[in-house]
Amino acid sequence: MSAPYAKLPAWADYGLIPFINLLAAFLVAGLVVLLIGENPLRAAAIIMDGALGYGQGVAYTLYYATSFIFTGLAVAVAFHCSLFNIGGEGQAYVGGLGVALACLAFDSILPWWLTFPIAIAGAALFGAAWAFIPAYLQARRGSHIVITTIMFNFIAASLMVYLLVNVLKPATSQTPQTRTFLEGGQLPKLNWLLEAVGLSVRSSPFNLSFLLALLAAFLVWVLIWRTRLGYEIRMRGHSARAARYAGVSETRIIIIAMLVSGALAGMMALNPVMGDQNRLQIDFVTGAGFVGIAVALMGRSHPAGIVPAAILFGILYQGGAELAFEMPGISRDMIVIIQGLVILFAGALEHMFRPRLQTLFAAIRRHPAGAEVRQGGA
Amino acid sequence: MVDAAIELSGIDKSFGTVHANRDISLKIPAGTIHGIVGENGAGKSTLMSILYGFYQADRGDIFVNGKHTVIETPSDAIARGIGMVHQHFMLVHNFTVLENIILGAEGEPLLKTSIAKARSELQRLEREYGLEVNPDAVIEDLPVGLQQRVEILKALYRGAEILILDEPTGVLTPAEADHLFRIFRQLKEEGKTVVLITHKLREIMAVTDNVSVMRQGEMVATRKTNETTVEELAELMVGRRVLLRVEKGVASPGPVVLSVKNLTVEDARGITMVDDVSFDVRAGEIIGIAGIAGNGQSELLETITGIRRAVSGSVSLDGVPIDLTGEADPADLRNRGMAHVPEDRHHMGLVLPFEENENAILGYHRHDRYRKGALLDIDAIRDDAREKIEKYDIRPANCRLKTANFSGGNQQKIVLSREMEQDPKVLVVGQPTRGVDVGAIEFIHRQLIEMRDRGKAVLLVSVELDEIRSLSDRILVMFAGRIVGERGPDAGEGELGLLMAGIEGKEAAE
Repeated sequence: MSAPYAKLPAWADYGLIPFINLLAAFLVAGLVVLLIGENPLRAAAIIMDGALGYGQGVAYTLYYATSFIFTGLAVAVAFHCSLFNIGGEGQAYVGGLGVALACLAFDSILPWWLTFPIAIAGAALFGAAWAFIPAYLQARRGSHIVITTIMFNFIAASLMVYLLVNVLKPATSQTPQTRTFLEGGQLPKLNWLLEAVGLSVRSSPFNLSFLLALLAAFLVWVLIWRTRLGYEIRMRGHSARAARYAGVSETRIIIIAMLVSGALAGMMALNPVMGDQNRLQIDFVTGAGFVGIAVALMGRSHPAGIVPAAILFGILYQGGAELAFEMPGISRDMIVIIQGLVILFAGALEHMFRPRLQTLFAAIRRHPAGAEVRQGGA
Repeated sequence: MVDAAIELSGIDKSFGTVHANRDISLKIPAGTIHGIVGENGAGKSTLMSILYGFYQADRGDIFVNGKHTVIETPSDAIARGIGMVHQHFMLVHNFTVLENIILGAEGEPLLKTSIAKARSELQRLEREYGLEVNPDAVIEDLPVGLQQRVEILKALYRGAEILILDEPTGVLTPAEADHLFRIFRQLKEEGKTVVLITHKLREIMAVTDNVSVMRQGEMVATRKTNETTVEELAELMVGRRVLLRVEKGVASPGPVVLSVKNLTVEDARGITMVDDVSFDVRAGEIIGIAGIAGNGQSELLETITGIRRAVSGSVSLDGVPIDLTGEADPADLRNRGMAHVPEDRHHMGLVLPFEENENAILGYHRHDRYRKGALLDIDAIRDDAREKIEKYDIRPANCRLKTANFSGGNQQKIVLSREMEQDPKVLVVGQPTRGVDVGAIEFIHRQLIEMRDRGKAVLLVSVELDEIRSLSDRILVMFAGRIVGERGPDAGEGELGLLMAGIEGKEAAE
């Protein structure tokens, strides 16, 4: 308790600690690769090369990162209100319904740039609506949001299967998916952006929603640190009693934070549905909702951390696909293992290295008198 | 023979900036009932937690039965025959009495045999000490008095020779308390040592052999109970320190601003915490509410400021009634001129991980002057914070610093500056100087007087009698949820101390 802990400088807090945690995750993952009988260094090289080594790879990496930015922001906003929204997966899935409905309705009459805002609104609205029920149950009835959002993932999955099979599937089709959107329901690709920096990209799913994701990251920063609402969300997140004292309604703020979170998760659907596949398919979210949790943890719930963390996971996803291809002994599940390890080290064991680092910093810096920073208070 | 069951020597303990125990030495003779009294925050519980192994002392030695002992964990304490009954019971609610008693002392992996063993042992203990309780009853079905008995049995089952009880009568009815005292005498007859921590002097007089008084982390006196009086103990508890007398003129009270009528408040368990309380606060006067902590002051404050619901009664601000039984909103009350410096600045008055400037607008963050379009006006907020930092001499003078990194006194100044600078009609203040260094105390007191002189109504709640006496124009004493007396500012310490201990008023009538 009275150990001489120093307050860590910001660069160590936000840079060094996540880096060490990541390193630990990779080390353990390396051991797993070793156990399978493959060379972990070669595996790492394949991952990096597959994700960043050529234009196509970069495009795919950024395509995956786009989804993770949205879901990571979704988890982060809820975190700031001290809510653990595990329902990003389901919210994104239902958000896809909003995108698809907008595209199906308007793709024949409007150009894409008019359909786009409608699809954004649809994605956000449907995602938010799916988050509303767990939010209401938490705020009013005290039902734990972790439990309800998990359950809502399953409900979303069943609901979407039902809708795709029985309602949205064209009568003549054998596959449970909507018809392909026309030009007015397709987002333009961003391959030119990569070509502008000298990469050659033949075809890739990398599309306009990446820029929307970056914009969303900026807007989340504005929301959390520059608006009254964000201030109240953080206040409630840190201290429910202080929020009560300040006259902030807990019910209201929980519901609003979850609505924003759900809307962001829902917007993830724009990337695969409108940007790539141009139709609504079963299971199009493919775990991006859960990756968002790892991204938010690694990015310490700050947009400036979430974007790089999302890109890192994009690298793992894209590189992992190449790895499975190059090393038949390693399946794509390896990436899930690495992901799990990152969550373990960046989230659950976040504080494992912190005390040691703090003692280390305290030992390095023999503070000149007067510059001492008090820890904690009484 | 060794005559001290416990001897503490030079125990010293600090938590951050708070010096909870200062160089405490204490001898508790074996086979006696020893009382430890002191106001809340005097350091009694810290001292006993050190003895029980919850905390380690920064310095000092512990001797148990004359032997130097290092107690690092509660299991060390138990192994040396020390048992503790906490103020808040540590029982598993859906376990039976028997299951709770063997919890952590099962002895073997299969419960069946240990339960049988425990049952016969329990029956012996019950017979010996008159601690009857049905071993198969589930805890949550038992009244608190019986739950406490289970706690005592738990300690005895683990072979406790020395039993520490922290505020054991706080949750008991007078009859249950009397029964508890009979158990104490029984324990003493069996040669056990009982340490009773309390702030109720009547209990000390009724049951103890010796009594030690703590004040502000120090052990100020130890007396034989039959050689002391309640008056002397009250005086020792409250202290005869030089009063931090604040220069203040005569109050010139104006019209009634805050009027409380027949206010009754219950806590979550349905226990009445504020019982039919009525009083008025006028413009330009300070009303002080004195009382030992836990007599309903906190609930009174939180209800008046809209944080807690009332069961019945009414409060009006400037003649306009506030519905405190319904959805009173602290933000709305704030807009109507009610400023509130809460008792618990760490969890209520401040958000410690926030930057200082963010806390400087807590509760007032919806005001237009902190808004620029849809966004918060960060520049205005920080300028505002810097202004207050300068005016209230808050150190370090850095509005971007995390609030947790300010000292207690400076944190309190952050809250005070925020609430006072809004130019309220009423200022409701709870424990304004708790955990605040001496230098800041004087400053805070001067600010409160200045508020009064500017024609504000000030309601001050404090467990520091000195503070109440030096600031208040009228003093109300609260005991067991009721206002048991009103006195002028020149009322004697002894007189107020007696009222606070419930000796006059309701208690005396018994």
